[in-house]
Amino acid sequence: MYAFIARRLLATLPVLLIVAVLVFLMLRLTPGDPAAILAGDAANPEQIAQIRESLGLNESIVAQFGIWAGHLLTGDLGESFYFKMKVVELIGQRLEPTLALATLTILIAVLVAVPLGVIAAWRFGGWFDRCLMGFSVLGFSIPVFVLAYVLIWLVSLKLGWLPVQGYQRLEGGFWPFLRHLILPAITLSVIYIALIARVTRASVLEALGEDYIRTARAKGLPEWKVLVKHALANAAVPVATVIGIGIALLIGGVVVTESVYAIPGLGRLTVDAVLARDFPTIQGVILLFSFVYVFVNLLVDLSYVFFDPRIRY
Amino acid sequence: MSAARNEQAQDPVLQVRDLAIALPAGGERAHAVNGVSFEVKRGEILCLVGESGSGKSVIAQAVMGLLPRQLPVAAGGITLAGEDITHAPRSRLRELRATRMAMVFQEPMTALNPVMRCGAQIDEVLVEHTRLDAAARKRRILDILNEVKLPDPERIYAAYPHQLSGGQRQRIVIAMALVLEPALLIADEPTTALDVTTQAQILALIADLQARHGTGVLFITHDFGVVAEIAHRVAVLRLGEMVELGTRDAVLKQPQHAYTKMLIGSVPDLHAHGRPLDAGAPVVLSARGLSKTYVDRGWLSGRREVRAASDVSFDIRRGQTLGIVGESGSGKSTVARCIVRLIDPSGGAVLLAGQDIASMPARRLRPLRRQVQIVFQDPYRSLNPRRTVREAIIEGPLNYGVPRAEADERARKLMELVRMDPGALERYPHQFSGGQRQRICIARALAMEPALLIADEAVSALDVSVQAQVLALLEEIRERLSLAMLFITHDLRVAAQVCDHIAVMSQGRVVEYGPAAQVFGAPQHEYTRALFAAAPGRGFAFGGRA
Amino acid sequence: MAEQTPDAKQFAALSTESAAVVRRQSAWQRVRANWSVRIGGTAMLLLLAIAVLAPVLGTVDPTLFDAASRDLLPGKQGEIVDLDGETLRHTFIMGSDSFGRDIYSRVIYGTRVSLIVGIASALLALSFGICLGLSSGYLRWLDGPLMRVMDGLMSIPGILIAIALLAAWRASLLTVIVAIAIPEIPRVTRLVRSLVLTIREEPYVEAAVSLGTPAWKIMFGHILPNTAAPLVVQATYICAAGILVEAILSFLGVGLPPDIPTWGNIMAEGRVQFNEYPHNVFFPGIFLAVTVLAVNILGDGLRDTLDPKMAKRV
Repeated sequence: MYAFIARRLLATLPVLLIVAVLVFLMLRLTPGDPAAILAGDAANPEQIAQIRESLGLNESIVAQFGIWAGHLLTGDLGESFYFKMKVVELIGQRLEPTLALATLTILIAVLVAVPLGVIAAWRFGGWFDRCLMGFSVLGFSIPVFVLAYVLIWLVSLKLGWLPVQGYQRLEGGFWPFLRHLILPAITLSVIYIALIARVTRASVLEALGEDYIRTARAKGLPEWKVLVKHALANAAVPVATVIGIGIALLIGGVVVTESVYAIPGLGRLTVDAVLARDFPTIQGVILLFSFVYVFVNLLVDLSYVFFDPRIRY
Repeated sequence: MSAARNEQAQDPVLQVRDLAIALPAGGERAHAVNGVSFEVKRGEILCLVGESGSGKSVIAQAVMGLLPRQLPVAAGGITLAGEDITHAPRSRLRELRATRMAMVFQEPMTALNPVMRCGAQIDEVLVEHTRLDAAARKRRILDILNEVKLPDPERIYAAYPHQLSGGQRQRIVIAMALVLEPALLIADEPTTALDVTTQAQILALIADLQARHGTGVLFITHDFGVVAEIAHRVAVLRLGEMVELGTRDAVLKQPQHAYTKMLIGSVPDLHAHGRPLDAGAPVVLSARGLSKTYVDRGWLSGRREVRAASDVSFDIRRGQTLGIVGESGSGKSTVARCIVRLIDPSGGAVLLAGQDIASMPARRLRPLRRQVQIVFQDPYRSLNPRRTVREAIIEGPLNYGVPRAEADERARKLMELVRMDPGALERYPHQFSGGQRQRICIARALAMEPALLIADEAVSALDVSVQAQVLALLEEIRERLSLAMLFITHDLRVAAQVCDHIAVMSQGRVVEYGPAAQVFGAPQHEYTRALFAAAPGRGFAFGGRA
Repeated sequence: MAEQTPDAKQFAALSTESAAVVRRQSAWQRVRANWSVRIGGTAMLLLLAIAVLAPVLGTVDPTLFDAASRDLLPGKQGEIVDLDGETLRHTFIMGSDSFGRDIYSRVIYGTRVSLIVGIASALLALSFGICLGLSSGYLRWLDGPLMRVMDGLMSIPGILIAIALLAAWRASLLTVIVAIAIPEIPRVTRLVRSLVLTIREEPYVEAAVSLGTPAWKIMFGHILPNTAAPLVVQATYICAAGILVEAILSFLGVGLPPDIPTWGNIMAEGRVQFNEYPHNVFFPGIFLAVTVLAVNILGDGLRDTLDPKMAKRV
């Protein structure tokens, strides 16, 4: 078991390395002087020269990557010239809201989507199934920010139930914290629900077509046991997989949602950094998001062992 | 049937009266089954026989109340141990399942939930239908595991299905079906997916348990060998209608209905055909010490070797058929694929026209390729769905520089040779049935004017009557074109009918090789003897044949 | 033995396998009969017509503005100065923005940008993905390294790649299309590769090998045509995603310059006054959602009819 985890961890290292290379190249292979780009629009020639020196820009591209990766390994993501602080500290400050938003979103999405998907598969072709499939296409198609504005307009402006935007730290009490998060989390969860429900439905449907479901019914088991103990248990792996892959969608949504709801998290930071052309911050945030994505999918991979005894470790 | 059993078998466990099950509108026919009546008595095995589409499985599902909603019972009735269950509510049917009636399915590999331990799956039955406590349930489960002759029940109890073999899994399914001693057992092709030796054991087990518990068994199969082996009475279905019902001996030896006669006539004999052999016919292809080893080298894991075939040697002569028989995993298909060079052999030689093609580079191999052609098992995947029959047939000749007009002419002639309408040349594969597609594949192979035709389980996926037609076609072609044939099959009857020489393979090796008459008449190797002994219906005279 | 072999005629008469050639619908007939395809396809044709006919649909030049016509409510009459300096009376069907530009005209012209970006990014991702996927599926030495790079690329959320690339490049129609297409390439590559690997094992491909068909002919004659259906389906999904991402990029302010009428730009401009004039966001939002919905419905319909195996999966 531990050997399996170690092996899986080792296998993610090349992926992380490639992510680092790609993020590095994204900036270096763009036209223009990387030092000038990194320094931002308001930099003077001395600052640019200093950056050129510290990044080893006069050396080969491989050596440059070596220097950059060396900094990365010591946890140094560089300095933001726009925010005037270390990128690592900047990220640390913005972590909580994003983490809270993402957690709440995943929670809502999984709790809503999985039962919906199971019921739709059970009543395949019925009105519930068709409604869910319709909703899911809709969920994929409505842009996050359009949905955000519809909800703000309806829930906050017309009904006045929840605050329009902003964020309240957890220290300020759980209820205000939650009140500010509910609407963004619902907004963000719609596409995620659409995705998970669709995959749950498809996987359960596929499981329902398997021979062991016939066996279970031939045993005289009640329908809910057939659905949960036999069909859903066998659909767990694809559902877990899509939850992991959906993290990418979630991260994209975070960037937009935080921007609309004025939540001072990492997504908002990304947009601010891009608008200010603050490249060390952009690089840092992208790296962080990508590493989180890789790590979550590693956890999903490891979870297969618990869902399916056929997967050997 | 003996008088004693006649008395015992008075009250019917299952009665089916004038059963009709509707098919969705717009289909090929209005009913899946129509006007079917039969009964299964206590302690009796009734075999429902039919080809695909005969509706035999639909009847089983109807009895269990597991019919899909699109297939409603339109008329007639089903009575289980005196209780009319035709329109019983779902809850009542649920109570009856596993307690009064139970079912065993075709695919043991998929019939068990892969993420649940075997013991727990049997336990579900007891939890649902009894009030036994956990300890009593476990005792009962270990008992039944013992009864179906599974070794080390404690280990099996805790095992997941994937840790067991196909035969063991089928025993689990049988244990699950019989744990509450139902009056009726429905077995839907329970041995079709198993190797012949395992099949013999499972058939013996079912017969044994059935006799001991006096269970009535509705046994569904397409295999007359199995029928001969296990049935007391037989019902023959054709396109949803029952054409014949009677005792085993009556139906199999003196069939009345023309369809039954044809079906039984299609069952090949288990005796070698005994055609005279021309020992001086020139050798077309010979294998010398052919072997194929798969090496599995995983990242961060060790090296694993699988010997799919080792040291295989044989000769195939012009106008003669060599059969390679063996169970699944014996390496017989690997040998075929090595000879066609779909995979590269890892050792040994394949001599074709005096040249060793085993390790010949692709460019030099190309001119020799056309000499060896192959027909695969699955008729539904053997033709490119986006190409017309004509395009499929002329592809090979065009590759070798035959002018298009000539290739077209050849395609037309070949269609006639395989008894297909040349007008079908412009159609796409999805418009043809399995047997028709197999004929097209044969025509495609023959278009290359090969010296050797390989049939890799080429008739295994076909119904028995279609199989007989394709076999007859292959025979005719072999004779007319003096073709050498390599016939790969798991079916001993088919091998006996078409082969001149037989090579028996087991675990990658040829354990016995010789003229068919000799191998079938006096098998030497103990594996061959075990294999033949397991052949269902062995020694039964179908249609009164000697 | 001989007299027991039933003759061919008897077989033909009794065999349950029908001798008649079965008539089944072709793929194209199934596609045309599918309601999702009909609805999505019609909507797409309509949107294409709107994009092409934008100048004659009662619009003015979408970059025109008039300080006197700022923040008009939908349906109000107002004035606008055209490029020749003449003042026109104009009905602002969807109102005007804070510069006094006609939102209706901008939304209608925005259709052009969205469709071009969606279709072009899908084609771009598809062509690169097909090349890479075929190479990966056929060249063993390339497969490992290439797929690791694709894994890496897939680990970076797509929108972030697009944002970062556009931050480094100057945003233009071309760079936006490229930035949207790049994150989609690994998905297409993987799809093509897995299709190639599956189809290569099909007996009909093995038959072609034994018929002496050269490798390149097998690739382009047998394998590639059979990847078409899943690829068409994938292309529609990429198109929908491309339209969405373009709008998001514009909305965040990293996409096309704000004076170019795109739905995202109109919404970005309108969000400032969202509390007072929500329609500035809603009108382009509705167009965007309907367009993406149409493409997705079309994709679902194509998937159900062209690629039933995939339809079972998702």
